[in-house]
Amino acid sequence: MNDIFVYCEITEERTIADVSLELLSKARKLADDLKVKLEAIVIGSEVKDLEQQLYPYGVDCINYANDSRLFPYQTLPHFSIVSKLIKQKQPQIALFGATSVGRDLAPRVASFLRCGLTADCTSLEIGEHEDKKAGIVYKDLLYQIRPAFGGNIIATIINPETRPQMATVREGVMKKEIYNAAYKGCICNLNVAEYVLDSDFCIKIVARHIEQQRINIKGAQIIVCGGYGMASVKDGFKMIHELADMLGGEVGATRAAVDAGLAEHERQIGQTGVTVRPKLYIACGISGAVQHRAGMAESSKIISINTDPNAPINAISDYTIIGDAAEILPKLITHYRANTK
Amino acid sequence: MSFRIVVLAKQVPDTRNVGKDAMKEDGTVNRAALPAIFNPEDLNALEMALEIKDRKKDAVISIITMGPSRAAEIIRDSIYRGADNGIVVSDRKVAGSDTLATSYTISQAVKKLGHVDLVLCGRQAIDGDTAQVGPQVAEKLNIPQITYAEEVISVSEKSIEIKRRLERGIEVVECGYPCLITVHGSAKACRFSHAKRVMKYKYSLSASEAVERNVDMTQAWANKPYLKIEEWNAADIAAEDSRLGLTGSPTKVKKIENVVLAQKESVNLSTSDEDIDGLMKELIAAHIIG
Repeated sequence: MNDIFVYCEITEERTIADVSLELLSKARKLADDLKVKLEAIVIGSEVKDLEQQLYPYGVDCINYANDSRLFPYQTLPHFSIVSKLIKQKQPQIALFGATSVGRDLAPRVASFLRCGLTADCTSLEIGEHEDKKAGIVYKDLLYQIRPAFGGNIIATIINPETRPQMATVREGVMKKEIYNAAYKGCICNLNVAEYVLDSDFCIKIVARHIEQQRINIKGAQIIVCGGYGMASVKDGFKMIHELADMLGGEVGATRAAVDAGLAEHERQIGQTGVTVRPKLYIACGISGAVQHRAGMAESSKIISINTDPNAPINAISDYTIIGDAAEILPKLITHYRANTK
Repeated sequence: MSFRIVVLAKQVPDTRNVGKDAMKEDGTVNRAALPAIFNPEDLNALEMALEIKDRKKDAVISIITMGPSRAAEIIRDSIYRGADNGIVVSDRKVAGSDTLATSYTISQAVKKLGHVDLVLCGRQAIDGDTAQVGPQVAEKLNIPQITYAEEVISVSEKSIEIKRRLERGIEVVECGYPCLITVHGSAKACRFSHAKRVMKYKYSLSASEAVERNVDMTQAWANKPYLKIEEWNAADIAAEDSRLGLTGSPTKVKKIENVVLAQKESVNLSTSDEDIDGLMKELIAAHIIG
């Protein structure tokens, strides 16, 4: 049977990136639904504890291309390996992280294979599809689900005819879950020379500065998030930072707020940013477009502070405070202090 | 031979300013209610092309856009800002294209131009945010790609050096020609229109625009050929019909759902000190904060 492939990214520390482990966790479930094997593609060099890292996620086969020229990532050599391997092994599904690597690689591979690719899926499911006009029923298709068009709609995309069915998923969207700590698969070492050409190394990396992650909102238990509504509030984000610091949480922002320069890109929460599941989410001046909600709806408790009583965010909030954030944020700070003295 | 730069641009509905009337009652998108704009990152790409032209005086910048006839608006806009010419690729057959069919169509248009040194485009368009068309055009042209470009470090006869913006840092890469560069929104904003260029080109039109507006341009185009915005259809770019539009798009939309909000039992609080004090006490008691 045709397997499921997950392209695994290598971090600067030569471990498997979280986004890839999250994808493997989801792909394992899909593989169980389809009763097929799960395969990882790892391209790099000197990856640490490769097998110990991957097998617990239910990986049956690790396709490993190990060559010092393959780290750090470069488009053409990785493209050559992935596309040739897919041609050989004919997987039915191939998943990539929607990272700067995955979003560079997956479209080129899809173009070469003439396959459909759906970016930034928020959910993946297996289901069937009936083409009534052609009278064909397609079984076991991958439903690639994502918000579309300004977030007013949720679209389910399918690729009935082309294989593999390809999708990218952002970090944090799927949950990282160990499948079986004692799971054992096998490793398939690829002969790199058979896959890459010397001309694939035509781009020279002159310099590279990768920083340690400075901001980590994905792991934060408390998030105070600001939307575009905070642009009109004097010192709006300053107060948000103050409240987050005091609560021991992190500051998040909507895409509109990031685009307006109110917060760093790393703080963006939503479909094209990070997905978070904190204990407490305080939404300040956020209307709650679907793309934003896709990245925070699973928070345990949500407080919405908004001047608009009809803002969509209110519908998924546990507490709604209608009013001016300029008045409410200082009160939250004062009353928190008073109660924790 | 001049140094040939192609900028791929798209006219997009302004999804960042989606108003309340953006959706019709039946749940479909009301495109008429959304203003059409120059895709923001494509403007960053145009600026990068113009900067390269500042350094390489023999450079010629052509804009390619795919869309309905009104997409000629962004060609004019580009020419006002300094591009040399532009082509609208327009055909009913390309309607409903996904990224694969789009990249095929655009790559056929680039091939028709003949010798090209650099292809530039925005990283992604705001109406889909997929960031797929750039790398797919590069693959179809069989040239290397440099994604997320933020700055041109240097341009020489043989190669270009580009600073890329990655999630957690930057990378500087050097690549020979030809190659395709996708430009990140953190790159320099595009320069404004030149008054002189606006004066010179404001009456430029494509053939379909001339028909739609019922203007006879025969004389004007004969005297001033630069007033004609080129328009190519599927036959002009030698495209195979099976790879265009809906037919050439492997991704199909199975279902579109209006977003239904799972209503929670929401507690409505006022801005009074009592309510906010009560909220804090409740959260602390539940060990959520404190």
